Amino acid sequence: MLAAILVMVLIGVVTGLVLGWSAIRFKVEGNPLAEKIDAILPQTQCGQCGFPGCRPYAEAIAKGEADINRCPPGGEEGVKKLADLLGIEPKSLDEAHGTPKPKSVAFIDEQVCIGCTLCIQACPVDAISGAAKQLHTVVASECTGCELCVAPCPVDCISMVPIAEDLPHWKWKHPVIELKRVA
Amino acid sequence: MTRELHTFKGGVHPPEHKAESSGRPIHAAPLPRKLVFPLRQHIGNAAKPIVEVGDHVKKGQMIAAAEGAISAAVHASSSGTVTAIEPQPVPHVSGLPDLCIMIETDGRDEWIDHAPLDYRTMAPAELRGKLRDMGLAGLGGAVFPTGVKLDPGATQHCPTLIINGGECEPWITCDDVLMRHRADEILQGVAVMRHLMGSTEILVGIEDNKPEAIAAMRAAAAALDFPVEVVAVPTLYPSGGAKQMTEILTGKQVPSGKRSTDIGLQVFNVGTAYAVARAVHHGEPLISRLVTVTGHVLRPQNFEVLIGTPMQTLISLAGERDGTTGVLMGGPMMGMPVPDLEAPVVKATNCLLVQSRELFPPLPKALPCIRCTRCADACPAELQPQELFRFAKAGDFGRAQEYHLFDCIECGCCSYVCPSHIPLVDFYRYAKSEIWAHEKDKRAADLARERHEFRQFRQDREKKEKAEKLAAKAQAARAQAAQDQVRRAELATEPAPAPAAAAPADPDAKKALIAAALARAQAKKPDAAPKNVDDLPPAQRRQIDEIETRRAKIRELARQPLESEEKNT
Repeated sequence: MLAAILVMVLIGVVTGLVLGWSAIRFKVEGNPLAEKIDAILPQTQCGQCGFPGCRPYAEAIAKGEADINRCPPGGEEGVKKLADLLGIEPKSLDEAHGTPKPKSVAFIDEQVCIGCTLCIQACPVDAISGAAKQLHTVVASECTGCELCVAPCPVDCISMVPIAEDLPHWKWKHPVIELKRVA
Repeated sequence: MTRELHTFKGGVHPPEHKAESSGRPIHAAPLPRKLVFPLRQHIGNAAKPIVEVGDHVKKGQMIAAAEGAISAAVHASSSGTVTAIEPQPVPHVSGLPDLCIMIETDGRDEWIDHAPLDYRTMAPAELRGKLRDMGLAGLGGAVFPTGVKLDPGATQHCPTLIINGGECEPWITCDDVLMRHRADEILQGVAVMRHLMGSTEILVGIEDNKPEAIAAMRAAAAALDFPVEVVAVPTLYPSGGAKQMTEILTGKQVPSGKRSTDIGLQVFNVGTAYAVARAVHHGEPLISRLVTVTGHVLRPQNFEVLIGTPMQTLISLAGERDGTTGVLMGGPMMGMPVPDLEAPVVKATNCLLVQSRELFPPLPKALPCIRCTRCADACPAELQPQELFRFAKAGDFGRAQEYHLFDCIECGCCSYVCPSHIPLVDFYRYAKSEIWAHEKDKRAADLARERHEFRQFRQDREKKEKAEKLAAKAQAARAQAAQDQVRRAELATEPAPAPAAAAPADPDAKKALIAAALARAQAKKPDAAPKNVDDLPPAQRRQIDEIETRRAKIRELARQPLESEEKNT
């Protein structure tokens, strides 16, 4: 009886030590689930979800504090991917957090810009170049189309221009095949 | 010549229709009034314009330079004036315009200075750079910049060079007539390629439905000082595909996702070899090519066409007929419909196939896939087209990629044999383009994440630096204050200046202090008298006096209005 208890205690101590050691040795920095969610989010950094950027939203989803349907730039497809990852039912986008729009980039009307730098401070990805009392301009290739620069502009010179379809952006369409009616 | 030939899996035998255009000699197309040069004629980055509207250019002059690693230059194919640099219709299935340089020809067709290159004494990298600046790109259809392909790499060497004269696609005969009439020059180009690649074995593969071309190439090869083996391969579509030709001639398969140089060989089209010969032995950039105009026209034939010539011009030359239903660029298997015939002939244009209802009756309506797997039997890339179709249709692109979607060469064999007439290749193109778009979006998202994280890092750093700076300042101020206190204490012990220093607490004493300071300042004023005025010569002294009197007058004048103002108020 005593021997059995001793053996069980010993096993318990040994496994506890192994577990404790491996918890230190194989410690994972950050939340791997949040990483995976962050990889699905479109990185627009627009804040429409109510969080200051995609990463905080991903962390909130990982903790179960936020719903998965709050990202309009990700669209229904993004919601579906998140649902697949988390093993839950996809939902339709929450209208309260905005609706999907065609992908656009910000454009500064250079005739009107007064060089106040407010848009530069608002841009989450440093895609606007310029300095105080100098003309500002948007680096279109870096712009995520988050619209955060539109509201701060005191002279309302920033507009969102949808990306026009040109050859480098052209995609083959899903073929429409007319099926023969057999019955 | 008894080389053991291999076979690739699948393939089809569509009606050849080669005889219509192959019999006639090469006809040089006349100089058009207007030439249009798209900047995106090759795979890779679009060329960058180096001319401006209004510039006069000569034939062979570079008008757009290669941009980035994979790119090729664009040249004016005749002399004239640049009239516009703007989006124009280009031969692309979307019908979208793209940036083009427009040239109005002056009819003189005046060449720029050009001279042959002594390729044997040039460094390989320099020669490749020259070929890139001469705008060379593969003329077999993929238009991959030739300069990039002619690099066997630092450690690899490329023992086998395959010259592809397969031309398996029905209707097209431009490579056939090129080999019949210009075999010598093709082999001159091959000599340059051999020099660059360090190849020891050179194989020319030609389908056996072109006996004249095989004979001409064999005759030309016999006169060479290096061995070139001209091999007749069985006619079977798509034996002219680079991977299929490689397998037929060597029995080797290029592994999925690898390049042919990884297995020690490289494939070039005969037209590319000819263009290399013109570039090296004549110094001529790629400004013209052979184009087959065939199908529903009066005189199907091959034209030597300046790049940039509007397609409509060629069709008119070949004799337009009533009942034309459309034009394909390329052949019936892989060609793409040309939405606008004002689009120019580009480096990739090997054939203009004019369609009519009799020659190309509209396809019957598609039926659902019955999974008969006839497409899998026909597929030369050994894929499962019926599965790829299922995944592409359902948008399951990950599975499509697992089934090696990107090994599909879009040859059209599957669509050709499909008993349900499903446009299978369209689905594969759709799936590929969706996958590319996804990858592009993913790269953009990664970039945005990186930039956002860096911005946050920068803001944190700035905040920290500011806090540190403020802390340092506060500390300095505290130290200063402590020092002042010590000094004040020292001063307090000294009796003499004590009343003045300690007094400021009393307002009257403060006033007295200010008054004393003012008095001191007043007393200093005469000290501000001019310096360096001793021992001056009389003339200068006089001048100074004059100036002083003038100054006095001005002072007087300046005071007057003030006084008048005072009077008014």
